[in-house]
Amino acid sequence: MQLFLQQVVEGLASGAIYAALALALVLIYRATRIVNFAQGEMGTFTAFLAWQLGQWGAPFWLSLIVAGGLSFVVGVLVFRILIRPVITASENTIVNICIGLFIGFEALCLWIWGADSHPFPRLFSDQIWTLEGVRFSATNVGTLATLCVLAAGLMAMFRFTRIGLAMRASAAEREKSPLVGIHVETMLMLGWGLAAVFGFIAAVLVAPSLFLSPPMMVAVVIYALAAATLGGWDSPAGAIVGGLIIGVAESLGATYLRFIGSELKVGIPFALMAIVLLVRPQGLFGRTRVVRV
Amino acid sequence: MNILQVQALAAGYGSIRVLHGLDFSVGEGAIVALLGANGAGKTTTLRALSGMIPGRGTVELDGKDVSAASAADRARLGIAHIPQGRGTFVDFTVEENLALGAYAVMSRAQIRDDMQRWYGIFPRLAERRTQRAGSLSGGEQQMLAVARALMARPRILMCDEPSLGLAPAVTRELFELLQRLNQQEGMAILLVEQNANLALRIASSAYVLENGEITLAGSADELRDNPLIRRAYLGR
Repeated sequence: MQLFLQQVVEGLASGAIYAALALALVLIYRATRIVNFAQGEMGTFTAFLAWQLGQWGAPFWLSLIVAGGLSFVVGVLVFRILIRPVITASENTIVNICIGLFIGFEALCLWIWGADSHPFPRLFSDQIWTLEGVRFSATNVGTLATLCVLAAGLMAMFRFTRIGLAMRASAAEREKSPLVGIHVETMLMLGWGLAAVFGFIAAVLVAPSLFLSPPMMVAVVIYALAAATLGGWDSPAGAIVGGLIIGVAESLGATYLRFIGSELKVGIPFALMAIVLLVRPQGLFGRTRVVRV
Repeated sequence: MNILQVQALAAGYGSIRVLHGLDFSVGEGAIVALLGANGAGKTTTLRALSGMIPGRGTVELDGKDVSAASAADRARLGIAHIPQGRGTFVDFTVEENLALGAYAVMSRAQIRDDMQRWYGIFPRLAERRTQRAGSLSGGEQQMLAVARALMARPRILMCDEPSLGLAPAVTRELFELLQRLNQQEGMAILLVEQNANLALRIASSAYVLENGEITLAGSADELRDNPLIRRAYLGR
């Protein structure tokens, strides 16, 4: 039982990271119907920026804040320069651009910082609390708390602010939104910027344990894709729940299913994704789109 | 001065030209009807005026050329467009629809007052303020669409086939509302209707559109008595 609970805690913590990246994916998908699988690589790039600032002697928290701001700019620029010109193009075009972004950002990291792995400072202390034999590390608790803050902030923005309402409207009704004076492209741009910040946060949460290297986020983005599929691509809440489920399933699967172990555990998100697509293609929280013709 | 002055307006979809140079105007405090058969270009005209599709020619609002302005900027300048069918944001609540309508309005007090005013005029919207617009009846949705458009306090209201799919009694209620807005507040209205009878009853003047060109223009009374119109659009 203790082992089980311990694995659940570990799973929730890594699930929170998948959820943060899945939130970024869902944000962009809702607004632009694009699955930006380069989101993880963009996150890695901006995590490298934070690391570089640290190397230059900036205090850790300052470097995080600056790199977080820069990641917003990176998201905005990617949208302006690469996505906006082709926003009405076919899916093939957009998928190709995302592949280009994926390879491009990874290559950029390799080019600037090389292929070595670098240790990345922990965001939270080394403190560990024990409750009924289950260990809660500050990293795990802090990661989950970060996800909660992100989720609550996002919800409050969408629910209570004028700009959040306009972002939702732009995503849901791209054609009608300009009729009330909303500059839709600005809203989509903000969405891409915001998603890039979420990707950055996922990257700096995962970097201390995986070590910072150009392909660091490749596995994480697969889990995030699975989380978004599981929760439903239309639903931020689904992305969070999906991420946590994937995290726990991964952790428990690796522990209890002998034939999986830690080498094969990357198969777990694929298996869950396949099951969801077979049983409930719109995801747990997704809505089926009824189109009137 | 005219609220809306349109010169040589041409527009279409891709390589297909729909409008071949329209000239018309909407005077201050006027209700102008745009009549015509299916496919004549009525909806395209409104879409080109609000900037939903690109067009050529000049569009002047209050004497100011807005031809180069984007759809969002035209809305902010005072062109309110209620598109055909569902003019509401269906996945948003009634209250959110009104808030979206007032998106460009900066004064919170004005937004609050206008909301209260519309809830007063349509108590059914007040009862359903937390419900999704898509769950309202057709008539309620159309009322919400009007209220949403007027939250921006526009200079001109453009309605595209507001009677579409509504029961006759509901249509009558809606047209009475438009007439009241026009008479009491001097709201200029550009009304696209297939139901010429209905439109000519509240309009002061009208244009007839055929194959993307204006073929007839005149006061509502003149057009009502025109034998061609009577045969083609009034069914008498």
